[in-house]
Amino acid sequence: MSVQIAELQGKNGLPPVKFGEEVTGAETLLRCLILEQVEYIFGYPGGAVLPIYDSLYGSYFKHILTRHEQGAIHAADGYARATGKPGVVIATSGPGATNLVTGIATAQMDSVPLVCITGNVPQSLIGTDAFQEANITGITIPITKHSYFVRDVRDLPRIVKEAFHIATTGRPGPVLIDIPKDVSNAVAPFHYPEKVEIRAYKSTVVPSDEEVQKFVQVISEAKRPVIMAGGGIISSGADKELRAFAEAARIPVINTFMGLGGFPGVHELSLGMPGMHGNYTANQALLNADCVIGLGARFDDRITMGRTKEFAPKARIVHVDIDPAELGKNVETAIKVTGDVKSTLEKALPLVSRCDSEEWIAQLKKWQAEYPYSYKKEDQVLKPQEVIELLYESTDGEAIITTDVGQHQMWAAQYYKFKHTRSFISSGGLGTMGFGFPAAIGAQIAHPDRTVIAVVGDGGFQMTNQELAILSQYKVPVKVAIINNQCLGMVRQWQELFYDNRYSEIDLTCSPDFVKLSEAYGVKGLRASTPEEAKAVWAEALQHDGPVVVDFRVAQGENVYPMVAAGNTLDQMVLGDE
Amino acid sequence: MQRHTIAILVNDQPGVLTRVATLFGQRGFNIDSITVGGSEEPGLSRMIITTGGDEQKIDQLMKQLYKLIDVITVTNLSENAFVSRELALIKVSASPSQLAELNAIVEPFRATIVDVGPNSLIVQVTGDTEKIDALLVLLETYGIIEVTRTGSMAMARSVVPVPASV
Ligand SMILES: Cc1ncc(C[n+]2csc(CCOP(=O)(O)OP(=O)(O)O)c2C)c(N)n1
Repeated sequence: MSVQIAELQGKNGLPPVKFGEEVTGAETLLRCLILEQVEYIFGYPGGAVLPIYDSLYGSYFKHILTRHEQGAIHAADGYARATGKPGVVIATSGPGATNLVTGIATAQMDSVPLVCITGNVPQSLIGTDAFQEANITGITIPITKHSYFVRDVRDLPRIVKEAFHIATTGRPGPVLIDIPKDVSNAVAPFHYPEKVEIRAYKSTVVPSDEEVQKFVQVISEAKRPVIMAGGGIISSGADKELRAFAEAARIPVINTFMGLGGFPGVHELSLGMPGMHGNYTANQALLNADCVIGLGARFDDRITMGRTKEFAPKARIVHVDIDPAELGKNVETAIKVTGDVKSTLEKALPLVSRCDSEEWIAQLKKWQAEYPYSYKKEDQVLKPQEVIELLYESTDGEAIITTDVGQHQMWAAQYYKFKHTRSFISSGGLGTMGFGFPAAIGAQIAHPDRTVIAVVGDGGFQMTNQELAILSQYKVPVKVAIINNQCLGMVRQWQELFYDNRYSEIDLTCSPDFVKLSEAYGVKGLRASTPEEAKAVWAEALQHDGPVVVDFRVAQGENVYPMVAAGNTLDQMVLGDE
Repeated sequence: MQRHTIAILVNDQPGVLTRVATLFGQRGFNIDSITVGGSEEPGLSRMIITTGGDEQKIDQLMKQLYKLIDVITVTNLSENAFVSRELALIKVSASPSQLAELNAIVEPFRATIVDVGPNSLIVQVTGDTEKIDALLVLLETYGIIEVTRTGSMAMARSVVPVPASV
C-alpha cells in the first residue's frame, strides 16, 4: 500500500514530522511530543518502555536520566513550575510507575501541568499479575486530573493531544498515559489531530461581565480591603495584571505560600505571607479587613487553620478561581467569580476605582514596622534565618529558589523576598520531602542562565540526594544550600511545643559528610558553621561556575515563628521568643 | 443528614465507575446505592447514586464530580419531583401449600411470585425503597432466606431537569 506522506515543517528548532508514514506506537508517541513542542524528557527506562527508549536513541529530545523515578517526576515538576510549560516524564511499568506516585500527588495538589507516560506489560498479560505489572491508572485515579490506558495504537495521537490539553488548560494538573508494550510495538500510519474535542470539559474560563461588575462594585465599597493572591496568579500568568490592579485600587496584597513571587515581595503594598507561619501584619490584615479578595487562592487550612467560621470575621469574601469547585468550598463567599485570574483582572482593570484605603494602609505599615520577622543573631552560631537572608542579599532576590519541606521551607518563604513570578518553587499542598532538590534540577534545566538555589533540610535532602549525579552528568549548575540542623527540625519543633520535649526519632547526627558525598558525585562541596564562614563560603559557591553543595551547619534548637498552632485562630499567634 | 439521589451522565469508558466511586470515597461520602446502565445516547451511561449529606456538602460533591473528564452532566434529582424505583428478589421460606396465602400478601404490592420450590419461593417486587421495605417486614414472619435489591433507578418527573451549573 502506498501512503501519501506529508511533512510538517519543524518550528522553533524542532525537527520536521512526517504524516502518513507507518510507524510504531513508540515512534508515534515521540512524534506527538515533538508536535507538542516538548524539548526535555525526564525519565528512567525499563522493560515495558524499551520500545520508547529505542525510539529515543539518537533522537532530537534531551532526555535526563535521573537516578530514581521520583527524581525524574519532581524535576519535570520543577521544570513546569519554572516555565509554565508541561513537564514530561517517562517510567517503566510496575515499580517504575509506582515510584512516580508521590510526584504525581505533589503536582496534583499544587496544580502543576505534567504528562506522565508509563509503560505497561503487553495487553495479553494484563490482569495476570505478570512480572512488573501494576494497575497504575487505577492506583493514580485520586491523584491525577485524568488518565488514559491506551488499548490501540491508533488512539495514541488523540490521547496524547488530549493529555497535553487537559494538563495545561483550566486548572492545570498531572495526566497519566499508560501504554502497554504491545501498543508501543504496534504500527499504524501517523496522523495528529488538529483539534481537541472533549465533551463537557471546559478549559477556557473567562468570567461573565456581570460577575466582574459585582466583583469591582464590592471592592470599591471597601475601606479595609486586602487581596489574598494564591498560586492561580502564577499559573494564569497574572502577575502584571495583579500589580496594576492593586496599584490602581490601592489594595494591599497578601501572597499565600503558593502565591509567593506572584506579587513583588518588595512592593510597598506587599504584606507577605499569612497563615500558620505567616507574619503578624498579614494575619492582622485578614482579621481586620472588611473585604478579602481571594485571587486563585483556595483558603487552605494552613491559612484558615480549619476554623473557617472565624476566618476573616469582619470581611466580605470575594473569590475568583478557575475551578468552580473551589468557590465556597472552604469559606463562605459573598461574591463568586468563576474565571482565571488573568482574564478576570484584565476585565476588571478598566472598571476599578481607587479605594478609600489610605488609613488602612497606614495601619498595616505601622504593624509591619512593629512586628517584622525576627530572630536573635549570635556571633559564633549560624542561624538558619541568617542563611536565608544571606541567600536573598547575595542574589538581590533574583534567584529561583526551590525548597524542600520543613523549617527551612518556612524560613525561605519568610526571609527571601521574591520579586518575580515562578521564582519560588516548593511543595505547598502535599508537603513532599525530597521534592526540593530534583525540582531545582528541572528549574535550572529550564533556565540555564539563572541562579537556581535548592534550599533543603538535612532530612529531606537525603530522600533524593542521589540526583547529585545529574549535576555532574549534565552540567547543571544548581547551588544546594543544606540548612543542616542535624535533626528533623520541623518535627523537633512540634515535639518541643506540643509533646513536652519528647524528641522521638528525629536524630540525624549520623548523616553522611555532605561535602564528601558531593565530592563523591563530582560536585564541589563546602561547609560553614559560623556567620562569617557562611558569608565567605557562599560567595565562593556563587562564583563557582558549576554546581555546589553548601553544608550550612546551623543552630539546632531554632523554631519557626510566628506560629499559629493547629486548631487555633489567627489572633492566637505566638510571635516567638526573640 | 439529608438523602440525595444524584444522576450522573458519563462517557461509557472503562474505569469510569471507579473514578466516580473513588471520588465519593475521597470526599468522605458513603454510597448507599448505585445503579449504572445505558442511556438515551449510545456511548453514554447513566449512574444513579443515592447518598447522604447536607446541602452544602452535596453541592461541593457535585462540583467535584464535574471535574472528572468523563462526566457529562450531574443532576441532583432530589431538588425536584422525581420517580424512583427499585427491583428486589426475595426468597421466602415457604412450601407450595402456602402459595395462596402468600399471593394474597404480595398482590397489594403488585409483586409476583416468580419461582416456587419445595421449601422456598421467590417474590419479585418493584417500587420505591419504602414499599420494598414494607413488603420485607410482612414476609419476615415466614422467614427470609435471601434478598437481592438493585438500588434506586430514578428519573425527574415530566420536565427535563436542569443539570447543576458549574
Ligand atoms: C515524605 C515526607 N515524610 C515525612 C514528612 C513529615 N515531615 C515534615 S517536616 C519534616 C522534617 C524535615 O526535616 P529536615 O528535612 O531536616 O528539614 P528541617 O525541618 O530541619 O528544616 C518531616 C519529617 C514529610 N513532609 N514528607
